[in-house]
Amino acid sequence: MFLPLPLAGEVDALVRARRVGELYPFGRYLRRHPHPNPASGRGSAAEQGSKDKMDLIAHQISHRFGGLDVLDRVSFTVASGEVVAIVGPSGCGKSTLLSILGGLLRPSEGRAELCGAPPADSLNPLTFVFQDFALLPWCTVEANVEFPLVHTALDAAARRAVVDDALRRTGLSDFRGAYPKQLSGGMRQRVGIARALAVRPAILLMDEPLSALDSQTRELLMEDFIRLLADGAMGAVYVTHNLEEAVRLADRIVVLSRRPGRVREIVEIPMTRAERGAIDARGKLLALQNDLWSLIREEAIDAEREVQHA
Amino acid sequence: MPSARCSMLERAPQDDPATEARPVAFRGAGFVPRAGRYSGWIALALVIALWQLAGSAGWVNPLFLPAPSAIAVAIYKLAMSGALWQHVSASVVRIGSGWLLGTVAGVITGFAIGLSTLARGVGITFISALFPIPKIALLPLLILWLGIGEEPKIATIALGVFFSTAISVYSGVDAVPRNLIRMAQSFNVPFHAIVRRVIWPGALPSILAGFRITASVALLLVVSAEMIGAQFGIGAFVLQAGNLMQTDQLLAGVVILSLFGLAVGKAINVLEARLLHWR
Repeated sequence: MFLPLPLAGEVDALVRARRVGELYPFGRYLRRHPHPNPASGRGSAAEQGSKDKMDLIAHQISHRFGGLDVLDRVSFTVASGEVVAIVGPSGCGKSTLLSILGGLLRPSEGRAELCGAPPADSLNPLTFVFQDFALLPWCTVEANVEFPLVHTALDAAARRAVVDDALRRTGLSDFRGAYPKQLSGGMRQRVGIARALAVRPAILLMDEPLSALDSQTRELLMEDFIRLLADGAMGAVYVTHNLEEAVRLADRIVVLSRRPGRVREIVEIPMTRAERGAIDARGKLLALQNDLWSLIREEAIDAEREVQHA
Repeated sequence: MPSARCSMLERAPQDDPATEARPVAFRGAGFVPRAGRYSGWIALALVIALWQLAGSAGWVNPLFLPAPSAIAVAIYKLAMSGALWQHVSASVVRIGSGWLLGTVAGVITGFAIGLSTLARGVGITFISALFPIPKIALLPLLILWLGIGEEPKIATIALGVFFSTAISVYSGVDAVPRNLIRMAQSFNVPFHAIVRRVIWPGALPSILAGFRITASVALLLVVSAEMIGAQFGIGAFVLQAGNLMQTDQLLAGVVILSLFGLAVGKAINVLEARLLHWR
């Protein structure tokens, strides 16, 4: 069954209608959906008839800002537990596409759809991780992570347990009382990730989550992402302009053309994420990255030399 | 003009100037003024001392500029006679009620303009048209409407406070980072909670900055209103003293106004330190 992607309030209603009061420790939640093979987990939820599987489908999405065509009939599917990277030259509408997929922006044409049901304990099946972290500067780390939980059915004790767990998983337990301005960029993004984990998403929507960070911090957080996505319990749409990140993290890479963004190619990475960590996989990944770059390079040059008329 | 060492090098070409080490000239000085801890107080004390000296030595006519000591004596006498409290309390009640009324209405209107398209269209037009009117010009009209009691004075202050507050509140709401609102929406946080937990704290710096302005607007208006028609109040007192050529009394009133303004400023500082500690 296809249901159009509901806007914010409706997802809430959908989730509330399900059982949300009960608390699942994350370890259990993660182990409940062993993914047979993350690299090939493309069978849609409907086909598999599984209960806790949810696919996210971009269906012929086009978008215009005023007279400016940004996206042109973009279609692809993110299967349950799959990590899909979206790459393309700057200004090709990657972030716009993600906003549409997450229900924060109405597309001019086409739609984003959810197929299947999210895990019963998911409080926010589609959860964003933002490029600029989007932390509340007046809240401590702890309060930032708790922010999306306050208006759920969880009581204070359950919320506290969820927050503790999310902080522990992101290595923030010692920083719970700190304010965002006291933290480094990497720690701030970890708070953003902890906040996302707290609502137990089915699919993480990551909008250039590392591009505001320095290269060493990027490396460390990339390792965190790989660990978090290791068991395929959580899927992700990962928007980036960094091809190395895409190649290391994604099961599939959607390559968009320059504006208006069209799907130019969908590249599969023929290795599990675990295999990619090996030394001898580096050459293959680099070759893949070069292939991607040759796909994008010409258009990146054109995009860069473009004069903005907006 | 070459330095001594350079000219020496010019005269001694066998020393290669490229190998001679010399310090890089420092050129990063200035442009970082710091507020000195005591310099301000020392300067103030000096001015008062000079003023006192001029008075004591008979350089100025005490009728035109009474010495600080005379002003202090005047304040002391006022305090002892109880007249000080009568005047100050009358003014404080007017400022307090007028400011509170204007602020509550202004905050509500500011939020409405910041959050609703309809309120914005209507509200900004009216505010643009009415904000520039010096509110004291409305006092006669307000007296006509509300009688000659406290109400027209309070209403004048409330009006003056209202417009500044509404403007600072809606620009504060506008200045709340869009990405925080989108973040809250992406977690399905309901509208009222976004207003209370994202927009209100996000707009608070601008709202408190507005309080600083409206406090001085209220002080200005209370004095003006009391000069137009009041028996008690600092404004009435200052005007009366002026009419009777009691310049020491007049300046006593001015000093009290200055102290009052300083106290309000300090109170807002404390409020900012409490509420905006996260900045």
